[in-house]
Amino acid sequence: MTSKFVLKLYVTGQTPRTERAIQNLRRICEQNLGSQYQLFVIDVLEQPHLAEQERILATPTLIKELPPPVRRIIGDLSDTLKVLQGLDLPVHPTGTGGTQE
Amino acid sequence: MTQNPRQPAIEKLPTGISGFDLIANGGIPSGRTTLVSGTAGSAKTVFAAQFLAEGIRKYGEPGVFVTFEEPPSDIRRNMESLGWDIPTWESEGRWAFVDASPQPGEEVLFAGSYDLGALLARIENAVRRIGAKRLSMDSLGAIFTQFADGAVVRRELFRIVSALKRMGVTAIMTGERTQEYGDIARYGVEEFVADNVIILRNVLEDEKRRRTIEILKFRGTSHQKGEFPFTIMSGEGMVVIPLSAIELKQRSSDIRITSGNPELDRMCGGGFFRDSIILVSGATGTGKTLMTTEFMAGGVNRGERCLLFAFEESREQLFRNATGWGVDFEQMERDGLLRVVCEYPETAGLEDHLIAMKKLIQEFRPNRVAVDSLSALERVSTIRGFREFVISLTSFIKHQEIAGLFTSTTPSLMGGESVTETHISTLTDSIILLRYVEMFGEMRRGLTVLKMRGSMHDKDIREFTIDNRGMHIGRPFRQVTGILSGNPIHIAPGEIDRMNQLFNDEDKQT
Repeated sequence: MTSKFVLKLYVTGQTPRTERAIQNLRRICEQNLGSQYQLFVIDVLEQPHLAEQERILATPTLIKELPPPVRRIIGDLSDTLKVLQGLDLPVHPTGTGGTQE
Repeated sequence: MTQNPRQPAIEKLPTGISGFDLIANGGIPSGRTTLVSGTAGSAKTVFAAQFLAEGIRKYGEPGVFVTFEEPPSDIRRNMESLGWDIPTWESEGRWAFVDASPQPGEEVLFAGSYDLGALLARIENAVRRIGAKRLSMDSLGAIFTQFADGAVVRRELFRIVSALKRMGVTAIMTGERTQEYGDIARYGVEEFVADNVIILRNVLEDEKRRRTIEILKFRGTSHQKGEFPFTIMSGEGMVVIPLSAIELKQRSSDIRITSGNPELDRMCGGGFFRDSIILVSGATGTGKTLMTTEFMAGGVNRGERCLLFAFEESREQLFRNATGWGVDFEQMERDGLLRVVCEYPETAGLEDHLIAMKKLIQEFRPNRVAVDSLSALERVSTIRGFREFVISLTSFIKHQEIAGLFTSTTPSLMGGESVTETHISTLTDSIILLRYVEMFGEMRRGLTVLKMRGSMHDKDIREFTIDNRGMHIGRPFRQVTGILSGNPIHIAPGEIDRMNQLFNDEDKQT
C-alpha cells in the first residue's frame, strides 16, 4: 500500500451508531492500512455546511476521497466485507466472510 | 366533523396559488405538512415550487426547496419559463435549495445501519439560515429509490415532518401515484403525512388532457370537496378554476338594457335584464352573428363599453359583416367603446381561454360581453370540461353585474338542439331560438323567445328578415306549426280560429 488514504466520516452527534461507525472504521484501517491513512470525523450537527457541500443525506457516511475513485459507504460500517470492497482493499484470502474477529 | 373546543383552531396559510386558496377555504394548514400526490406529469413540482414562489412574491416569506429528484440547476431552468427568477431569490437569501438529488456516476455502498440525520441537519440549517416559513420536498419517491430500506426512509421522513412542525414551517411534500384513481401514494408515505392530502390528476378524457386538483383531506379544518380543473400558464404557473366555490349570489337587477333591436326588446318585455345571460341558438346562417353585432352596437350607441369574443370568424370577416348591416365596428373601437377579440378555439385549452377571457373582462371593464360562438369552444373540450367552462364564465360575468350574450350553433339546419344548449340552458336567463322555416318551397327565418327569466315575453314564433340595416322582426307565423322541431306543417286558417277559441281564456290570463 503506497498511496495514502484520505477518509472522511460524516456522523450526526455522539450517538451509539456514531461510536460504532468510528470503532469499526478504526479497526479496519489499522488492520489493513497501518498508518497510511488520514481520517476526519465530521459532525453534521456542528458543521451542516460541510454536509451541504458534500450533499450528505445519510449518516454515518464514509467518503473515500483518495485514492480515486471517490466512493461513498453508507452505514455504521459493521459489514467489514462491504467496507473493504468500498476501499478497494483486498478481501483477506483466508476467510470467505472476510472478517477476522 | 366537529372540532374539539379546547384545541385551538388550525390556522390556514394562503399558498398564493391562483384559485387554490378559494377551494382550500383560505389555504393549507399552517405549520403542518401537506402531501401533494399525483402521477408522473401531474405538475407536482410546479405546485411545490409555486408554493415557495408565491410565498416570496406575495407574502415576503422565504422558502426552502428540498429536491430528491431533479438537480437544482434543472429546477431553476424549468421554473424560469413560468416567470420565477429563482437565482435572484437565492442571492437575496429568500430561496434555498437542499440538494438531495442522486449524483450520477457515483458509486454508493451500504455497510450497516444508518439514518437520514444529515438530511435533517441540512434542512434545519437551511430553514434557520434564511428564516424560512415555507418548505417544499419534491419528490418522495426518489428518496425511496436512493435508499433501499423503505422502513428507515419512512421513519426518517416522519422525523423530518415532526421537526418541521416544531419549527413552525408549513410544508409541501410531493409523492407519486401509479394510477389516477387508486392508492393515495406509493411507498406508503401517506402514513406519516396522513393529515392533509391533495391529489393532482392529469386525466386523458376523450383524447384530451385534463388537469384537476382535489383536496382529499385537511385534518381539523374545512375545504371544498371534489375535483377542480387547473391549468399551467407561462408567467403565472398553476391557476386553479374554483368552479363551485364561486358563490352563486348574483344580484338580479330590474334594470333593462336594449338588445340592439327595438322589435326584439318588445318581444322580451322591454329588453334584456342588465345582469342576465342570454343564449342565442340557431343553425349556421340563421343570424346569430347579426344578433351579436346588434347587441354590441346597441350598447355602444348608448355609451356602454362592449367586449366581443369571436371564435368562429376572422376579424376582417366580422367587420365586413357588421358593415353590411350598417354597423361600423372600426369607428366603435376607435372611440374606445368596443373591443373585438378574435381567437381560434384550437390555440389553447378551454381553461386557458377562460383565464384569458376573465383577464380581458377585468381589464376592459365592459358593460356587456358577447361570445360568438360557444359551440366553437365546445369543439376543443370534453362535455364536462365545457360545462365547467360555461359555469365559470357565466358566474364570473354575473359577478361583474354585466350582460352576457352567448351564441350556440345547432348541428342540423332545421330545428334540432345542440349539445351546447343541453348543457348550458339551465345556466342562462334567456334563450332565443333562431330557426329556418321552409314554406312553400322557400326558406324563411323564424325567431322566438323561449325563456325570459323573471319577465313576461312574447311567445310567438315570428318571421324576421335581414337587410343592409340589420334584422327586422315581423309577424308571427300563424299558419305553421312544428317549426321548432324542424317539421313545419301548415294548418288551414279555420283550424287556427278554432284553436284560438279553445285557448281563449288562457290567453287572457298570460
